[in-house]
Amino acid sequence: MRIERRLTTPRWLALAVPVASLVAAFAASSVVLLAAGKDPIAIYLRLFDRAFFASGALTSTFVTATPLLLTGLAAAAAFRMRLWNIGGEGQLYLGAVGASGVGLVLRDQSGIVIIAGMILGGLFSGAAWAVIPGLLRAYFNTNEIITTLMLNYVASLLLSYLIFDSQSFWRELSTFSARAFPQGKVLPDAAMWPSFNIGIAIVPFGLVVGIAVAALWWLFYGSTSFGFKARVLGDSPSAARYAGIQTRRVVVAMMALSGALAGLGGASEIGDFRHVLDPRGLQQAGLGYAGIVVAALARYNPYAVVVVAVLLGGLANAGYSLQGPDFPAGLVGVLQGMILFFALGGELLLRYRVTFGARRAAPPRALSIAAGPAGVSGP
Amino acid sequence: MNVNESIVVVLAASAIFYGTPLVFAAVGELLAERSGVLNLGVEGMMLMGAVTAFWAVQHLSGPDWLALMLATLIGGAAALAVSTIHAILVVGLRANQIVSGLALTIFAGGTGLSSYIGNVARLGGKPAQHEFGAINVIGLADVPVLGPILFHQNALVYGSWALVILALAYLYRTRTGLHLRSVGESPQTADVMGVNVARYRYAHTLAGGLLAGIGGAYFSLAITPNWIDGMTSGAGWIAIALVIFAFWRPELTLVGAYLFGIFSSLGFVLQARQVHLPPEVFASLPYVMTVVVLVVVSTGWAKQRLGAPAALGTPYVREER
Repeated sequence: MRIERRLTTPRWLALAVPVASLVAAFAASSVVLLAAGKDPIAIYLRLFDRAFFASGALTSTFVTATPLLLTGLAAAAAFRMRLWNIGGEGQLYLGAVGASGVGLVLRDQSGIVIIAGMILGGLFSGAAWAVIPGLLRAYFNTNEIITTLMLNYVASLLLSYLIFDSQSFWRELSTFSARAFPQGKVLPDAAMWPSFNIGIAIVPFGLVVGIAVAALWWLFYGSTSFGFKARVLGDSPSAARYAGIQTRRVVVAMMALSGALAGLGGASEIGDFRHVLDPRGLQQAGLGYAGIVVAALARYNPYAVVVVAVLLGGLANAGYSLQGPDFPAGLVGVLQGMILFFALGGELLLRYRVTFGARRAAPPRALSIAAGPAGVSGP
Repeated sequence: MNVNESIVVVLAASAIFYGTPLVFAAVGELLAERSGVLNLGVEGMMLMGAVTAFWAVQHLSGPDWLALMLATLIGGAAALAVSTIHAILVVGLRANQIVSGLALTIFAGGTGLSSYIGNVARLGGKPAQHEFGAINVIGLADVPVLGPILFHQNALVYGSWALVILALAYLYRTRTGLHLRSVGESPQTADVMGVNVARYRYAHTLAGGLLAGIGGAYFSLAITPNWIDGMTSGAGWIAIALVIFAFWRPELTLVGAYLFGIFSSLGFVLQARQVHLPPEVFASLPYVMTVVVLVVVSTGWAKQRLGAPAALGTPYVREER
């Protein structure tokens, strides 16, 4: 077997490889199920039924897919320029804190004002949390993988503090039972985000916002000077410096943008679904980490992120609703990890050509150029 | 009051107690990174070690020391097994090391395989059948000050000291250690010298897995002898940060690990002395301090990233030299 670098990647392969890695991930995960004496086919059938086909399944899948879409975009945006923001989880928590805080402050305003406020609250608080590691990376060259991850734990503790161990603005303190069993204040009805019935399912407002953000992101990245700078910096930091790009600014701005997207995911989770700051629910959902899986499987393409988010949202949604003795917790994480492993292994097929058989002598280089333009490909 | 109950002695003794799993995981990660492989899957590998060691200890009978030794080794072996996936992906298939390591943590971590095993084997809410207890070394535990700190710890603490000495000797006093360092610094040169780069990288990534698993077993057999999903709560990530603080030198991981041991134990120690602050403040200390120390290490005099293997994180492809 020999491996050689490809000059161009066939288009069909760019679609076939992620699909094949999904299938392979399910096949490999069935080993884990078989080891526990369970029937993988039956479990997978129930999983897909509960994710997409059962009545109301698609509606709840869309609700789960919305924050995944946004954390997926957040990870894709940062990873594309080799800025390893793993802090989507914490930035999503902060977005939820910001959005629910604004929703509670503006409780007497009209629906449009509250919802706009919640979106801004989510964007800004997510961005603010991500700017900390952004600044540390830009000015002190501190490894952002570690700092974003440490801040996830801090954000998680902050959530618990706000609801369980303080008398914060977010905590419900008006009734005796709420003081005994800590819980967050429920947002007013006007703060519930609208949804749209499209016949086969109900689409939450957050998903529409997320798809719009994905399209905007594509435009922003491809057609603005900032997007160009970010691409140059991602491909070659030294080239960016020689070209006079202010790399520190781009790094901080990209971290802020990435955090804002994850924060918007937190806002959508509050506005579309929870309507209350619920630490346990947010901490168990792991939406930020799942966003990394979404981004990698989508190969950092924003439109693909939309599709993958719905797929993995279905998986996560079915995972919650099926959880019980027949469907052990942890299986969703196993599947997500396997999907990532196979997506990564599949990258090899995209970047390299694998040939079997005896080693053939390479044709002389001059000959292949002389054969005409068809023989010349790539840069 | 007995000097051995003073806050300084208690804090020093518990710094060592809580820092020990970090020593195992950090030395393991250090070996992998010295070969040029960054493994961000430490958290997942530690959890695999914790859950399988706990499972093993529930099923092993016999004397405590034998059951615990076997269980710790089983924990290490399980983590080694999952680290193989990372090794194949990044050494064999040249995949991105950062994403692959993250995938390993998602796969094995608190919402993945470790949680699945804990669920399927119904390990939650049970006390460990055997647990690591402090050993009174040649009767010196009651010596003032040094007794509780140095002579009244559990077997794995002493094991971690032996590990650091072995790692030092291996890296700087053996031919294989020299080859390992050259593979991490310049795989091209090592390859020309006849060193099998891929074999070194596989071996040390797996060794890193084994040690991370032992560190994980420490959580479920020594710190809190039971099983809870995600019980290492970020220790794997702190271990990765520790390798950077330690400038990739085994002896310095001890300093960093015990510093974080202090931050991890400060909450319990102060609460026992009637200092009341929200628990989240104490719980967030290790994470905040990791960021602070990392910033200090990455600025100023340490700016040249002293000690980082030059080829860390990059795949080696002979044809593309």
